[in-house]
Amino acid sequence: MGTVEKIAGLIAETSSSLPKDVEKALAAALRREERGGSAAVVLRTILDNVATARRGGSPLCQDTGTLAFYVDESLRRKVTPAVIKKAVALATKRGALRKNCIDSVSGKSYDDNCADGAPVIHYVDWMEKGCVELVLKGGGSENMSRQYSLPDSALGAGRDLAGVRKCILDAVVKAQGYGCAPGILGVCIGGDRATAYEVAKEQLLRPLGKEGDSADPTLRRLERQVLKDANSLGIGPMGLGGKTILLGVRIASRPRVPASFFVTVAYMCWACRRKVEKLKG
Amino acid sequence: MKKLEYPFDEGQVRALKAGDAVSLSGLVHTGRDKFHKFFADGGKILVDFRDGALYHCGPVCVADGASGWRVVSAGPTTSVRENPYEPAFIESSGVRIIIGKGGMDAATLAAMKRCGCVYVQAVGGAGALYAASVKRVAGVDLLEEFGAAEACWHFEVEDFRGVVAMDAHGNSLFAEVAAESRAKFDIISQS
Repeated sequence: MGTVEKIAGLIAETSSSLPKDVEKALAAALRREERGGSAAVVLRTILDNVATARRGGSPLCQDTGTLAFYVDESLRRKVTPAVIKKAVALATKRGALRKNCIDSVSGKSYDDNCADGAPVIHYVDWMEKGCVELVLKGGGSENMSRQYSLPDSALGAGRDLAGVRKCILDAVVKAQGYGCAPGILGVCIGGDRATAYEVAKEQLLRPLGKEGDSADPTLRRLERQVLKDANSLGIGPMGLGGKTILLGVRIASRPRVPASFFVTVAYMCWACRRKVEKLKG
Repeated sequence: MKKLEYPFDEGQVRALKAGDAVSLSGLVHTGRDKFHKFFADGGKILVDFRDGALYHCGPVCVADGASGWRVVSAGPTTSVRENPYEPAFIESSGVRIIIGKGGMDAATLAAMKRCGCVYVQAVGGAGALYAASVKRVAGVDLLEEFGAAEACWHFEVEDFRGVVAMDAHGNSLFAEVAAESRAKFDIISQS
C-alpha cells in the first residue's frame, strides 16, 4: 500500500473511532451519574454513538475539525505536505471528512480540505521513530480555548500556582457545556503566546489515565486538583448538570520572560479523535 | 420519553417542560450560520417552517447515486452564534422546535415563550447516531450558495432523541446550571 493510501486510511480511522482511553473514561463517568438523569442519558448517547461510528466506519462527529498531523522528523522526505494533502483530498472524497475548510477572506469552500496552512503539519523530534499522529479537533471545542495573562485582577489571580488554578477553573466555568463536555484540558504555564498554544495542544496527545500523568510531581498534583475542583462545579455533560465536566487535565510548563506570565488552556471535546500510525521502523 | 411528530402541535409543544426527554419524527430542516445571516439580510427562505423544526446542524452528506443523498454524520452545532437572529426567525416563521447544542440567550427564550416554541438539546459530537435516525433526505436548498456544511437540508427523521432544555414557560436548564456553577466557582477559588 502506498503512503497516500495509508494516510487516507489513518484519517478515516481517526474520524470514526475514539481512542480506547477516552472511551474508558466516558464509561467510568457514566457509572458515576445517577441512572436515568440527563447526565446519564447524554453519556449513554455518546457511548452509543461511539459504537455506531466504529461499526459503520462513519465520522463520529460531523465536525471533522482542524486536522493536525504530528510527523516524526525521520519521515520528512516520505510523508511530505504534498503526500498528506493528497491523502486528505482522498479521505474527503470518500466521506471520512466534511468539506470543512473555508477561505477566511472570500468565504469560499476548499472542497478538498486543502489550502495554504490546511491541514496543519508539524515535523517533530519527540515522537517514536517512524510514527505519524493525527488529531481532529472540532470548532466547538476550539472556540472554548483561552489564554490568560497573570496577574488577572478581575479574577483575583496572581503570579503563582494558585493563580494558575483560578485561570484554568475560570476557563471551565466559561466553557460550560459549549465545548461538548465532558472535555479534556491541555494547559501550558508560561511560554510566549504562540508557543504556549502549541504546547497546550500537544498535551492533548497524552493519554488519559495514570500513564499520561505529568512526570513532574508539582504539575501532577495540580492536574489532579483541577480535575477534582472542576468536576465539583456541577456543570456536567453538555452543560445539563452532573458530576463530570472534565475527563482529564494535562499540564506542561515552558520558561517565560520576567514581564510575561501566560496561562493557556486548550479545550478538547469528548470526541477527542487522535491516532498514531507507525509507517516504518 | 415524549413522542412528537411533524407537524408539531402548538399545544403539545407548549405543554413540554425543561428536562423532558423527547423523540421526534418527521420533517426536520437544517440551518446554521449562513442560513441565519441570509434570513436576517432579507433572503427568501423557501421552506415553510410553520409548526416545523429547525436543526442547527452542518451534516456530512455523500451523493448516493440516483437516489440522492446519504447522511453519514449529523450532530448539532453550537446554537449561541444564532442568538442575534433567532428571536426574529421564531416570530416570523412559526417554527415550533429548535434543535441544537449549548442553548440560547434570554431574548430567544422570551420569543419561545411568546410564540410557543421549545429548544431541544441534542448531544454534541454524536453525529453518527443522529445520522442513523435520518431515514431519507427529502431535498436540499442553498447548497450551491452555502456549501454542504451550511446548506438547508430537509431530513425525514425517525426517533430523533433529545432533551427539552428551554421550554415555552421561560425555563432554561442552561441558565440554572451556569448560575450554580458560577456560585460554586466563587467559593472554590477563594480556598
